[in-house]
Amino acid sequence: MGFLDYFRNARRKQKATGSAQQAKERLQIIVAREGGRRQTPDFIPSMKRELLEVVRKYVTVEQDQVNVKVEREGDYEVLELNITLPDEEERAT
Amino acid sequence: MAKIIVVTSGKGGVGKTTTTASFAVGLAQRGHKTVAVDFDVGLRNLDLIMGCERRVVYDFVNVINGEANLNQALIKDKRVENLYVLPASQTRDKEALTKEGVAKTLEELSKSFDFIVCDSPAGIEHGALMAMYYADEALIVTNPEVSSVRDSDRILGILASKSRRAEEVEEPVREHLVITRYAPERVSEGEMLGMDDIIEILGVPLLGVIPESQAVLNSSNAGTPVILTEGSDAGQAYTDLVARFLGDERAHRFLTAEKKGFMRRWFGG
Repeated sequence: MGFLDYFRNARRKQKATGSAQQAKERLQIIVAREGGRRQTPDFIPSMKRELLEVVRKYVTVEQDQVNVKVEREGDYEVLELNITLPDEEERAT
Repeated sequence: MAKIIVVTSGKGGVGKTTTTASFAVGLAQRGHKTVAVDFDVGLRNLDLIMGCERRVVYDFVNVINGEANLNQALIKDKRVENLYVLPASQTRDKEALTKEGVAKTLEELSKSFDFIVCDSPAGIEHGALMAMYYADEALIVTNPEVSSVRDSDRILGILASKSRRAEEVEEPVREHLVITRYAPERVSEGEMLGMDDIIEILGVPLLGVIPESQAVLNSSNAGTPVILTEGSDAGQAYTDLVARFLGDERAHRFLTAEKKGFMRRWFGG
């Protein structure tokens, strides 16, 4: 540290904590409150796979005949599961 | 099948287009056939940053409306092999990007390209949603500044709920954090959010830190993506970023304050 810094530091002491710390604290609060990332629960892809396995025990369905959608309305989420069952004749075979 | 990558941020002016241009150039330099697509209909700028603004004849909206085919609209870069630009329309509005039209165009591009880099407009309106919707991966461009970080958090929420992958309940969009305009001296003075703070707040793995650099303005003035400016700090940081994206191990650089010389140490400055 240079000797001139001695005088500069005296001035700098006033803002010892730095504004970055303030920015971080404010952001942490706002990000937690706004919950920008209410993610789709990550168990859904594996649940989709398992549901499909159960259905396949009884009927033959392809991957693309199953449609899973998660929709969000206000505070609650709706899980929509759509499975197209094969025709009567196909099922008999 | 191409990988679709969206470059997004929510907030404007943080470096989405600069990042898109250098990222696309970097991927092409590594031998991957790459196209950079401008989704900012009405306010196109990717052509300007890539230096091909005078070669635009047809655009993305012309392709969607069937007024031109893709080959007519794609502009081949003159400096780098394997690199193309699909410009946005300057005269239409963003609603011209229909979901079906975008899907069809991306599907067609997928057949001949390895990477499709989508330059998102700022905001969370239709154009931005379209740029994000079909993405497999996302580069979240963030400045070390409160409004930018908050907007990035919002964008992450939209990626997690409104993208195709979210709606069809597939593996979620893979997110990468890109911090731009980073000034290590100010971070060490406690005046700027540090990269660790931003990573902690957003909870997204870091892909690269681009230092605040004179080279960025110089290169956009010239229409040369900054990654092509040899020896520039920002350019090297983008080269590293691309290498990391492709799976190479690269240490992060340009993160520490420049060491002061003898004179400056003694007399300040």
